[in-house]
Amino acid sequence: MANNNHAAPAPLGGSLVNAVTLICGVLIAIMVAVLLVRFLFGLGAVTALNDGYPWGIWVVVDVVIGSAFACGGFSVAMLVYIFNKGEYHPLVRPALLASLFGYTLAGAGVIFDLGRWWNVWHMFSPWSFNPNSVMFEVAVCITLYIIVMWLEFAPTFLESRERQETRKKLNKVMFFLIALGTVLPMMHQSSLGTLLVVLGVQIHPLWQTPALPLLYLLSAITMGYAVVLFESCLGSSAERRRLETHMLTPLAKIMLGFLAVFLVVRVADLVVRGALPKAFVPSVEALMFWLEILSFAAPLILIGAESNRRNPARLFLAGVLLMLGGALMRLNGYLIGYETNIDGAGGFTYFPTLAEVLVTAGMFAIEVLGYIIITRRFPVLPREDVQAAH
Amino acid sequence: MGTRRDFLKGVLASGAAAACVAAPPAAARETRPRPPEALGLLYDGTLCVGCKACVAACKTANNNPAEFSTVDHLWDTPLDTSGYTFNIIKMYRNGTMDAKDQEVNGFAFMKTSCMHCGDPSCVSACPVSAMTKDPVTGVVGYNPDKCIGCRYCVAACPFGIPKYQYDSPTGRIGKCELCRHRHKDGHYSACAEVCPTGATLFGKTSDLLAEAKRRLAMKPGELNRFPRGHLRPAQEKALQGKPDGKGVMMRAGWRDEPDQSYETPAGKYLQHVYGEKEYGGTQVLKLSGVNFQKMGMPDLPPDAAAAMSETIQHTLYGGLLMPFAVLGAMTFVAKRNVKPEDDESGKGGN
Repeated sequence: MANNNHAAPAPLGGSLVNAVTLICGVLIAIMVAVLLVRFLFGLGAVTALNDGYPWGIWVVVDVVIGSAFACGGFSVAMLVYIFNKGEYHPLVRPALLASLFGYTLAGAGVIFDLGRWWNVWHMFSPWSFNPNSVMFEVAVCITLYIIVMWLEFAPTFLESRERQETRKKLNKVMFFLIALGTVLPMMHQSSLGTLLVVLGVQIHPLWQTPALPLLYLLSAITMGYAVVLFESCLGSSAERRRLETHMLTPLAKIMLGFLAVFLVVRVADLVVRGALPKAFVPSVEALMFWLEILSFAAPLILIGAESNRRNPARLFLAGVLLMLGGALMRLNGYLIGYETNIDGAGGFTYFPTLAEVLVTAGMFAIEVLGYIIITRRFPVLPREDVQAAH
Repeated sequence: MGTRRDFLKGVLASGAAAACVAAPPAAARETRPRPPEALGLLYDGTLCVGCKACVAACKTANNNPAEFSTVDHLWDTPLDTSGYTFNIIKMYRNGTMDAKDQEVNGFAFMKTSCMHCGDPSCVSACPVSAMTKDPVTGVVGYNPDKCIGCRYCVAACPFGIPKYQYDSPTGRIGKCELCRHRHKDGHYSACAEVCPTGATLFGKTSDLLAEAKRRLAMKPGELNRFPRGHLRPAQEKALQGKPDGKGVMMRAGWRDEPDQSYETPAGKYLQHVYGEKEYGGTQVLKLSGVNFQKMGMPDLPPDAAAAMSETIQHTLYGGLLMPFAVLGAMTFVAKRNVKPEDDESGKGGN
């Protein structure tokens, strides 16, 4: 019943070779080259990592921020299947696809950063389990979620006649997969915040609080909707399809609801802990904090009015700003607001090397390329009666 | 179509989920104290002469290569602990450096190595139990065969102790393990074994803490007796060494050695045993004449960050009760709202 009123998804068709896919290909090739050096000569050969900053952009951008950007599938699926808002059903498949890529790559990207990657199987060995470790929870939970998402998305690949049996079997348990696909991201997205708690006084008070799990979860859900706005607007323009404003306008309202709750918790936490004065001390941390808060708050003004929510440009911008705000909160917590208490030899600094940036760029290129290939060859986006020529 | 009732069910289910995340700690996990038989070190900066014999002995005991900070690469000159240097002596310098253990126009020494926390952040953080705390000795040990190299321990430690070998494709975490690999032969920590002034003492932390308190009660400049090497409790001091059958004299599980104590004037101590209360207490204790924060030691609260982290973690995931409850609620709601997509393929499949 959720999807009866909508056009069924259909492949977009069109060539797979164009400027965008070619650029993606080049970026991916460069990434492979950098990773070859990394695996042959160690992390130090290509990254600016050091013992004052053991985590760089491969962790913070590719995994922590990347997986939050990949919350579109979770946010929309929750809306459609848990809140039973069937009208958003056409958004599920594209959002799920983006999430699938985001998470699969975040999971794969972790391997590049692991200093002793060949031991990674210990993560799933009962003799090594450490349930006290937040990282353990995150790793197991993300792995499960990636598997669940592939199963959730599998019907798209199984639409040919011969595979109807498998498809039927899968559809019978789909409700459970969807429930799992809602609970698992709640678990690890909140834990990505809890990860910082054990770092204690090393994290600046503007970003260190026992409320981290709640803040990270709320912001991840909000970012999930923001990403859907962003992708839908971008996709429509790139593929010359009709804008999905009729769904995006009410979706944006839901997003603002989550955003408002997030902002209340964020500010209340700062006030209760007495950390707010730190935001008025002239410092890099305070500046970054305000950038973060403004990115979160601006969409309230930008698309606060119903009429403004019908404007695709404003929706797009609001989506981008919320993604930026969520990204900044994570960047600030993990890197800007992180300070080891030890001064080291001349103090530790970290700024990503070009090689690190190229790997991150390559990861995003895989996502874009994969998204283009799959939407053009598999039924993901709703069929349009009059499709623009390709 | 979705009815208001279904929507409300969704709200309830998600509300339950959110409540789980926001729930106050059900049973807060208290900061863990050191084990009663915990082993450790007492470092007394006022006795240290900065000879760095302990740095060299540590390198040898742990089979670590030299690290160079000078152009000529003549000898081991690490500036900080690293994946290959587990112990160094740092020097504090101020102004004219006229006198030792003086904050203004003075200088002082500080040992940097693992504190062997009673409630270590690195052990709590490690996802694969590669970093462990011995339940008896309390030594925080590292197992490279389990380690995945995620460096969460590096990030978590407030003392900046676990360090990674970034220059190697098979890099390990490097940190002091209190020479636990030498304990089975009756040897204690190499740094304490070689220290000529007794600035680094090895022993049970409870004995070391008593010794530290004894020193804080001394009158500065007054002649006092200071032990060296291995601080033995009174009952062990009275014992005679016994041969272990392999030609080595042993006493109470450790190699026997003659009493090496000596007399020297007491230093001017700050009335603070660093490590007694920090993060719930560490097994390595420190005494200094100069402010500990100036000496590079962090100002830490009496509660370990691991306690807060694990309280949150176990409140949310204890027995997996909460995740299963939320999953149950979600499954119930999803079962009602999700209809098989077969109709869709009949209509739109290509």
